[in-house]
Amino acid sequence: MKLVKMIWPYGLKLGLGGGVVAILLALIGMVESFHQRHIISEIASMGQTLLACTALLFSYLAARKTSRDHLYISLSNAIICGLFLGVALALLVKISTILNLRAVFINASPMLFKILTFGQGPEKGIPLLIVSGSFLGLLGGCLFLAPPLWRRIFSVSLGSVILIGILQDLLRPTFALWGPLAILNDWLYTANGLTRPGAVAIFILTALVAYIWANKKGAWQTTYQSLKPGQKKVVQAIFLFLSFFILLALPQILGLFLSEVLTIVGLYVLLGLGLNIVVGYAGLLDLGYVAFFAIGAYSVALLTSPEIGFMNLTFWQALPLAIACGVISGVLLGIPVLKMRGDYLAIATLGFGEIIRILVLSDFLRPWLGGAQGIGKIPKPFVGSMELSSPQEIYYLILGGCFLVGFISWRLRDSRLGRAWMAIREDEDVAQALGINLVSTKLLAFATGAAFSALSGAIFASKLGSVYPHSFNVMISINILCLIIVGGMGSIPGVIVGAFALVGLPELLREFAEYRLLVYGAALVAMMLYRPEGLWPEPIHRRELHTSNSSP
Amino acid sequence: MPQKWIERINLMDFLMWSIGGLILTIIIWGSIATLASARYTSHHWFDFIIFGLAQGSIYALIAMGYTMVYGILRMINFAHSEVFMSGPYTAYFVAAFFASSGLLDRSPIFCLVAIFLVSMAMSTLIAVLLERIAYRPLRSAPRLVPLITAIGASFFLQYTFRGLYGSGFQAYPVIKILEGQWLWGEFRILKFQAVVIIAAALLMAALYSFVQRTKIGKAIRAVSEDKEMAFMVGIDVDRMIVITFVVGGMAAGAAGVLYAIMFKQVHFFMGFIPGIKAFTAAVLGGIGNIPGAMLGGIFLGVVESVGPTLFLDGLGIVAPYQLKDAIAFILLVLVLIFRPTGLLGERLAVKKA
Repeated sequence: MKLVKMIWPYGLKLGLGGGVVAILLALIGMVESFHQRHIISEIASMGQTLLACTALLFSYLAARKTSRDHLYISLSNAIICGLFLGVALALLVKISTILNLRAVFINASPMLFKILTFGQGPEKGIPLLIVSGSFLGLLGGCLFLAPPLWRRIFSVSLGSVILIGILQDLLRPTFALWGPLAILNDWLYTANGLTRPGAVAIFILTALVAYIWANKKGAWQTTYQSLKPGQKKVVQAIFLFLSFFILLALPQILGLFLSEVLTIVGLYVLLGLGLNIVVGYAGLLDLGYVAFFAIGAYSVALLTSPEIGFMNLTFWQALPLAIACGVISGVLLGIPVLKMRGDYLAIATLGFGEIIRILVLSDFLRPWLGGAQGIGKIPKPFVGSMELSSPQEIYYLILGGCFLVGFISWRLRDSRLGRAWMAIREDEDVAQALGINLVSTKLLAFATGAAFSALSGAIFASKLGSVYPHSFNVMISINILCLIIVGGMGSIPGVIVGAFALVGLPELLREFAEYRLLVYGAALVAMMLYRPEGLWPEPIHRRELHTSNSSP
Repeated sequence: MPQKWIERINLMDFLMWSIGGLILTIIIWGSIATLASARYTSHHWFDFIIFGLAQGSIYALIAMGYTMVYGILRMINFAHSEVFMSGPYTAYFVAAFFASSGLLDRSPIFCLVAIFLVSMAMSTLIAVLLERIAYRPLRSAPRLVPLITAIGASFFLQYTFRGLYGSGFQAYPVIKILEGQWLWGEFRILKFQAVVIIAAALLMAALYSFVQRTKIGKAIRAVSEDKEMAFMVGIDVDRMIVITFVVGGMAAGAAGVLYAIMFKQVHFFMGFIPGIKAFTAAVLGGIGNIPGAMLGGIFLGVVESVGPTLFLDGLGIVAPYQLKDAIAFILLVLVLIFRPTGLLGERLAVKKA
C-alpha cells in the first residue's frame, strides 16, 4: 500500500500530462506530416520519433521526481508514466474506431491511426502501443538511473542520429558535391532516411566522440588556460581566421538551396541584432519592429523601381537613404512612446506596426505605394559591373551587413551609450536619477534598431526584386522577438544561434512550415518558464536572472 | 512671467500636443466636410451606430477579461484573444451538428443555449489552463517575462487550434429566428444585431453585479487592490486569481458566440484583431476598471463603425472603410499617449502604468 502511494503521484500525473501532449501532437497533425520523413529508413519516421521522444522525456521527468536510492520506485514511476502515455494514445485509437473524429479534428485521418498502430490495425496495434509506451517508460527510468556520463553520451548520440537523419536533404547534396564523400552518401542514406548500418555507425561514432570529449575536455581547457596571454591571442586569432574563411567559402561549399537558406538566416540575424538593441539592451519591448523592416524595403523599392518611377537610383545610392528613412521613422515613432513602459509600450508599438501595414495596404495610398499588389522590378545591386543576383552572391552582401552590424552592436554594448541602455533596462527611475537623459538614450535605441532593420529591409527588397505589404505582418516581429529570446536577450552570439535554430532549421524542414509558429509560441513559453536567460546568454544577464530567482 | 512659461514647456510635449491637435483638426474638418456633402442620410448613420453598438458590446465583453486580469495581476493577458477564439471555434462543431440534424430549426433557443454553454466552457478551460501552466509560475518574475510568455501562449494556442480544426474559414450556420429586421419608422434594426446588443448588455450586467455584489466579487476586488493584505485577511489569493480567469473566460466565450452570430464565420486567427481592440477598449476606459471597459468597448465600437465614413469620406479618401482598423489603432496610441489612465480611471497614475 505504501509502495503504491509512493509510485502513483508522479507517474500518474506526468503520464496523464504526457498523454495529453501526445494526443495533441497526433491530432494537430504533426505526427502525420512528420511521418513522411524517415530518420532510419523503414524503421523510424520523424513522427514516430517525436512521439517516442515525448514518452522518453516524460518518463524521465517522472523518474527524476523520485529519489535515486529507491531503484524500483524510480523505475516503476517511469514505467507507469510511459504506460499511461501509451494508454492515452490507445484510447485515441479506440475512440477513432467508434466515432468519426475527422468531423471535428481535421488531422485525425486514417493515415494517422495507421501510424499510431504501427500499421497493424487497432486489434494488434493497441496492445502494441501500450507495450511500447511502457518500454519507453522503462528506458526513461534507466536513463535517469544511469550515471550522468552515460546519460549524456546516450542523449548526444541519439540526438545526432536524429539530427543527421532530419538534415538528410541538407547533407546529401552537400556530400554529392565532394567526390570522396559521395560514396559515403550511398552508404549512409537511402532515398528517405538513414540506412541501418549508417545509423548504428553514427550512433557509435558520436558516442565515442562524446566519451573522448567528456574525458579530455578538462585537460584541453587547462592546457589552454596555462598558455601565455600572447599564445592565447594567437589561438583565438587562428580560430577567428578559420571561421571567417569558412564563412566566406560557405556558399561555394553548400550549393544554391542552402545559400538561399543562409541568406534568409542572415537577414534575420540583421533584424535580430537590431531588435536586440531595442529589447535586449534597452529593455523596450517593441512589437512593431517589422515596420522599420517594411520602411527600409519600401524606401529602396520607391527609390529604385521604375514601376513607380519617382527616381531610378541604383541600390547603392538608395541604401543610405533607406537607412536614413529607417532612422527618422525610428525617432518619429519613438517620440510618442517615450513615456510608456513595459506592456503599454508593447501594445502601442504593435499598433504602430499594424497602422503602417494597413496604410500601405489601403487603396488610399495605392498610387504611391502600390497597394496590395506591391512594387516590383526592383533592380539588383551591382558591384562594379557584376550583378548580385543569385543567392550565392547576395550572401556576401548580407554577410558584410552582418559583420558591420555585429561589430557596431558589439562596440556599442560596452560603450557609454550601451551602459546607459542597460541601466534603463534595469530601472528607468534610477537611471534617470543617475543623470541619464532618458529621451535621447531611448530615441537612440529606437533609431539604431530601426537603422539595422531598414538595412535588412533594403537588402530584402533588392534580393526579392519586389515588395508586398503581406511580407510585413506582425508574425515577422514575433519571429524576431522569439529568436532573440531563445538565443538570449542582449547577447550577440545568442541572436545568431537563435536565427539558425528558429529560421534556418524550419527553412530546411518543409514539413515544419505549418507548425512553425506553434513551436515558436511553445518555445517562448518554455524559455520563459525554464530558461529565461536563453540558449547563449550574456554572462551578466544570466547572473542577474539567477540571483533574482533565488532572492525575489 | 513669460520666461518661466516658456521654460515649462517641454519640447517633446509640445511636439506631441501638436500632433494631437493636427489629428483633431483633421477629424473635425473631415466630419464637417462629410456632413456638408449630405451624401449620407440619417438612417445611414443610424445603421452605422447600431452596428457600432453591436460590435462595441462584443469588444466590451472581451475587454472585461483584459481589465480584470490586469487589475489583479498587473499584466496584459495577451493570449486572451485566443481564449475568445477557442470558444466559438469549438462550439462551431456543435452548431454544425445541430444544423445538420435539423434541431437548430426546431428548437433554436435550446440550441443557442447549448452553443453558448459549450463556447463558454471551452474558453474558460483555456483561460484556466493558461493561468495554471503559463502565468502562475511567473508571478514574481520581472515584468517583461509574463508578457512575453503571454505572446508565446497566444501564438501557441492559435496554431494549436489551426492544427486541430483546420485553417479555413468555417461558416457558422444561420439561425433562422435571428434573421430579418424590425422596422421602426424609417429606421431599421437587424434582428441579430439587436440580439447581440441585448445579450451582451445582460451578460455585462450580470458580471458587474457578480463583481460588485457577491462575496467572491468583493474578494476579487480586494486581491486586485492589494494581494498581500488580502492574503492577510484570509482570502485565498490563488483561488481568486483562478476565478478571475474563469469569469474573463466565460465573458470571452459568450462574446465569441455573439461575434460568430454577427459575422457568421469563425477562423483560427479571428481573435487577434478583436483582442487588440478589446484591449484598446480596456485602456480607453481605464485599465482595471470594469465599467470603464464596458464604456470603452461601446465607444470604440461606435467610433470604428461611424469614424471611417464620418472622418475620412469628406476628405476625399477612397475606400475609407479599409482604414477602420487603423482608426482603432490610432485611437489606442492616442489614448496611451495622452491619457494612459483612461477616460474613467485615475488609479493607475500612482501605480506606474
